[in-house]
Amino acid sequence: MIPVSFDYVRAASIPEAIQLLKNSNGEGKLIAGGHSLVPLMKFRLSNPGTLIDISDVNEMKGVGIVGSRLVVGALTTHAEVAEDTAVLAHLPVLAEAAKQIGDMQVRNKGTVGGNIAHADPSADLPAVALALDAVVHLTGEDGEEKVPIQEFLLGPFITSLPETSVVTAISFAVPPAGTQSTYLKYFHPASGYAVVGVCAVGGKTAEGLVNHVRIGITGAGDCAFRTEQAEKFLFGKPATLENIKQAASLAAADGDMGEDLFASSEYRAHLCKVYTERALRKVLG
Amino acid sequence: MTKKWNVEVKVNGRVKRAEVEPRLLLVHLLRDEFNLTGTHIGCDTSQCGACTVMMDGKAVKSCTVLAVQADGAEIQTVEGLGTVDQLHPIQAGFWEKHGLQCGFCTPGIMMAVNGLLQDNLNPSEAEIRDALDGVICRCTGYQFIVKAVQQAAETIRNSQQQSQVVPAEGGSV
Repeated sequence: MIPVSFDYVRAASIPEAIQLLKNSNGEGKLIAGGHSLVPLMKFRLSNPGTLIDISDVNEMKGVGIVGSRLVVGALTTHAEVAEDTAVLAHLPVLAEAAKQIGDMQVRNKGTVGGNIAHADPSADLPAVALALDAVVHLTGEDGEEKVPIQEFLLGPFITSLPETSVVTAISFAVPPAGTQSTYLKYFHPASGYAVVGVCAVGGKTAEGLVNHVRIGITGAGDCAFRTEQAEKFLFGKPATLENIKQAASLAAADGDMGEDLFASSEYRAHLCKVYTERALRKVLG
Repeated sequence: MTKKWNVEVKVNGRVKRAEVEPRLLLVHLLRDEFNLTGTHIGCDTSQCGACTVMMDGKAVKSCTVLAVQADGAEIQTVEGLGTVDQLHPIQAGFWEKHGLQCGFCTPGIMMAVNGLLQDNLNPSEAEIRDALDGVICRCTGYQFIVKAVQQAAETIRNSQQQSQVVPAEGGSV
């Protein structure tokens, strides 16, 4: 399969990438690892007129701690995230999720920024981003902007990213000390994508009352979502199995369940419940 | 008319150049321009891994990389592993443990294994199977492939130990 012809240009800096996006009159697309975009272009589902290669923009690479947040440069690959010492020390759940993306070859090329900007409804990172109050760092014609992940992800392959802006980094809140986190996923047996993926972060007081809970779910529907009703139910309550089960039964309530040949919406809702219960038992048990 | 790009890649240690359309995929550059047909095209949708090559020391699927993205990179294909007279330990492992039947997927599998073993010479069976997640073999059922990888890892470990032992025996340390 061969993509439609396009022009190819390289950007050496973020301002240059913005200028090239402007010059492309809405026909431009950024490419880094290309592991979301190139497959779409080969199917001719995406036919950008100009590809702007940003893979040499070094300021968008690497991982750092800024205050209580872990900032991951948009060009950092999933393989790099999975082995990064700062990630493993402060946000091991991000490494846990990164290891479950695609396969070794895909993780070697695919980037965190590309994954988030692509907004595939079955991608793994959106669930983690939602559970860790992620913020998407953009730079555009009017300067820098920080957009909370919930305002960034709007639908399947749809984001609020302005046409001439670049995703430069994603920052994740390091959860309070004493909390536990996990990402559990029901793999599609053929594609490896998340049929349902649940990221849960939970903590409890010495008395066993839940004092921190965040749950993000991906794959189930058109857009990854936070399980606000389940979180609200559990917050402040004793972290008992009964309460966890009741919270998990609310897991699908905040999302629109999708349906395809592989999994009905009813089945997806069931998987949301089962995987949320497993994740909560792991982090609050 | 789309502007063509001059790309220069080091393939199996030799610098090669080509003028390419931006839409040309790396796998086609290797096969059609450089005549390195050991790299296969299977699914063409980044699922099967038959097109796996090493790019700057990492295993990647060359059907999902544009040739222009590989400009300036070092590429290793299956042709760069060993020769018929002197098989690479990975190739010898597949030979001895019968890690293939039809052999179509084998070049990509061996390059994925190369990616695994360069980072981990002592992989557990689970780690081997995880590294094989991005390649598909429809003949073998993977059992013999896992054995071939274990054999290759052992051969490389042994040869490294021997090469470490040699100077000590020679008294040159």
